[in-house]
Order: sequence, then C-alpha cells, then structure tokens
Amino acid sequence: MTGDPLGPPGSPVVPGESFTALLRAQGLEPRWSLPADASLADVLEGTTVLAFRYADGVLMAGDRRATAGNVIAYRTMQKVFPADAYSAVGISGTAGVGVELIRLFQTELEHYEKLEGSRLSLEGKANHLAAMVRAHLPMAFQGLAVVPLFCGFDELTGQGRLYSFDVVGGRYEETDYAATGSGGRDAKAYLRSAFRDGLSEAEALQVAVEALVAAAEEDSATGGPDLQRGIYPNVVVVSPAGYRDLPEEQVAEAARRAMGAAR
Amino acid sequence: MNLPFYVPPEQLMKDRAEYARKGIARGKSIAAVAYADGILLLAENPSGTLHKIGEVYDRIAFAGVGKYTEFEALRVAGIRHADLKGYAYARSDVTAKGLANAYAQVLGQIFTQEVKPYEVEIMVAEVGRESGGDLLFRVTYDGTLFAEDHFSAIGGQEEQLTTFLQEHFRPGAPLPEALGWAIGAFQAANDRTFAPEDWEAAVVDRTLGRRTFRRLRAEEFLPA
Repeated sequence: MTGDPLGPPGSPVVPGESFTALLRAQGLEPRWSLPADASLADVLEGTTVLAFRYADGVLMAGDRRATAGNVIAYRTMQKVFPADAYSAVGISGTAGVGVELIRLFQTELEHYEKLEGSRLSLEGKANHLAAMVRAHLPMAFQGLAVVPLFCGFDELTGQGRLYSFDVVGGRYEETDYAATGSGGRDAKAYLRSAFRDGLSEAEALQVAVEALVAAAEEDSATGGPDLQRGIYPNVVVVSPAGYRDLPEEQVAEAARRAMGAAR
Repeated sequence: MNLPFYVPPEQLMKDRAEYARKGIARGKSIAAVAYADGILLLAENPSGTLHKIGEVYDRIAFAGVGKYTEFEALRVAGIRHADLKGYAYARSDVTAKGLANAYAQVLGQIFTQEVKPYEVEIMVAEVGRESGGDLLFRVTYDGTLFAEDHFSAIGGQEEQLTTFLQEHFRPGAPLPEALGWAIGAFQAANDRTFAPEDWEAAVVDRTLGRRTFRRLRAEEFLPA
C-alpha cells in the first residue's frame, strides 16, 4: 500500500477509513491535553442538554446560554447538532472543546460513510464518540471537561435510541430520557414526572421546553427561553425520516406556553 | 558496464499512452450531462456494489473508468483531500477545481514516473448554487485536465457519447430528459438497448440541501 496519492510526496500510509487516523498521519490531530502546570482562565461553559424518546423516534433539546465563571458569556450558543442524517449530538461542558469535538465527530461519520458507502451503525457511532471523549480525558482532569449526549434513529432495529456519557468516556444507553450539563439534574427531575411512552411530536416539544424552563429556574448557568430577545432553545428530532430541526416558530410557541405555565 | 538501451522520450510516452488507452478502452464508459438543477452522471455498470460514481464532498461528485482498484484509490484520496481541507478551513473552501488540479498533478506524475501508468480516466463534477455555476472537469490517464461545458464523457466510447450529446443537449432540461439523452447516447454508441439494472447513476442536485449527492433508484430509469 502506498501513501496518500494526493498528499505531499512521501505521505505516510493512512490506515482505513478513520478521519482521526488521517489527521494523525498528517500531524493535524487535535491535542486534547495541556501542560501539567497550565493555569486556566475562565472559559466558556455550555450547560443543559436533554433527550428523550417520543412516538416517532428521539428528541433532543438544549438551552442557549454559555457562561464564563459567573458571567453570561454568550446568549445564543448552539449545543445541539446533527451528527449525520440519522443522529443528533449535544454537548455540555467546555464550549470550545465541545464544539471542536462535534466538528471532528461529524466529519468522522461523513468520512466513513463516503469511503465505505454505508453509514456506521448507531452503536458504532456511540462507541466512537465515547472513544473521542476518553481521548480528551487529560484535559478533563485539568478542568476542561466535555460531556456529550447522543441520540439517533437505529436503522437496523427501527427505533430511536439515546446514549449518555461520562467524562471518562463511559457510554450508557438510556431507555427513556437523559440529560447532561449543570442543569441536567433538574431537567431530568422534570422529565421523570412528565415523560410517558408515545408522546406525539408536539407534546414532546412542549415537554422538552418545559424541562429546560424547569432547569433554568433552578440553575443559574442554564438560560431559559428569552421572550424579550427572541432567543429560544434548539430542539431537534430524529425519526425514520432522519434528522430535523424543529422550526423556531414552533419552539417559540411552546416556550410562550411553558413560560406562562411557569409563572 | 552495461548501458541501458536508449529509448527516445517520444517513443516512451507513446508506448505508455497506448498501454493506458488500451486498458481504458476495455472498460465501460461514463457520461455526464448538466440539467436544470444539477449534473447527472451515468455509467454502464451491472455491478450493484462496485461503484464507479461516488460522493466526494457537499457539492462534488467523482466518476472513474478503467481499472477499478486504481480509480477507487483516487476516489478515496479525493475524499481525504476534501475532508481534510474542509475540516482545516471551511466547507465552502473545498472546490472541484482544486480537487481536479490535485488529480491532474498526481496522474501526470504517475504517468511519467511510475513503472506503469494508471489505466483510468476520471471526472469531477461540482454543482453550483446557480445553474450557471456548474463545473465539470475531466482528467485523462496522463494528467491532462479538461474543463467541460454542459456535458462530457470518459472511457473508450468517449467520442461517440459526446457526439450524441452534442446533437441533443439543450440547457435547462429537467432530470428525466437529461437522463434520456445520456441513455440514448449509450444506446447509439453500443447499438443496443439496456435494462434499468445495467445502469449506475447519480446526481449532484442543488435542490437537495448541504449534501447534494444522490444515487438514482432503478425505477427512475423506467419511462414515465
């Protein structure tokens, strides 16, 4: 086997279909570690992301606030992203690291799909994400932790599935609902009482927004819907038809109802 | 001391070109035609698993004829080139022109320096955001790069296919009509009709969102 034919002369051999391996071979791999004596400034932290099953598949939602220490650093952050056509990924924790992790994850999935001609299985994607989280463990120990949440529609079994992670790359499949981030505990507490099997899409949207409102009530780092500025949570669904962002008007409508109920 | 026989460079290049052309002529051809919303790529390929046409990036498709292992290696290299560039910079920085140039460089180098030239011809198609922005490049076994307008063909029957397309093409046609021309070109060149499962076809279509590549299903080949 020869090196990369389109790379510079003497390019190293690139093993298989992993994009990360390709980056490593080119010396472009992101470094998920810091010098031992590094001291940290306040960096942006993303907060609450939740996901649960509904009638057609899975829904994922995230608030929009990023904090740096006790400062609200950013009001319109996106924490929920498409991973590929049939899955979604959300992040909590250090925003800069998380966004980069997701960009790499998205590229990795698409790269595999194009080279192999078929998508990774949902479990394969979750395992890969777990390995990526584990790879940044040294940084997590120095305070730059990222904890993702992953969900998707499993084309093999024909059902929506969701996975939560911990900071060391543990991967846990959840049956009904999951949440991560500083407001995750409160969102989960809300979901525990509001979740039931077979929620319709509209009902699921309402539950998701209400859970985020509940989290924002208790957790200062979670931003509730901002009706004045027109900033609403990101809500996405993954169904047999694939990944879809729910339109902002629908989320805004649900947010107005949720805020009314919360008052 | 043994001196190697002197072979004039003209002769050397001629021999290599003939070798490559013969290899390419043994395989089946591919035609590309622009239509209203993008570019159609059509290959005669009875194999449902070994593809000649593939997705490279959001708006870019690849097609190769000749020796499968060789154009497959080029396809993989193209995807790596594109994904690396898009990851390092931005998705909009990945262009068919850059990719076609890289292919031309590598094929040119292989043609002159390797023991045997690649027996392949490849095509890189990029769908523009507007219909005027569609790009079609063809790279031959020796690394010669052609920028084509509206339609193109690669492989042994390149000339017959382009002659037919030249006569029938008109800009802005819907996909079924463009598919009809491309199929017509193959039928005229081979003097026979084809079954839907003889084809491999894909489009890059600007109406499809971020990833514009789509393979056509067998039923799309049946006359409406």
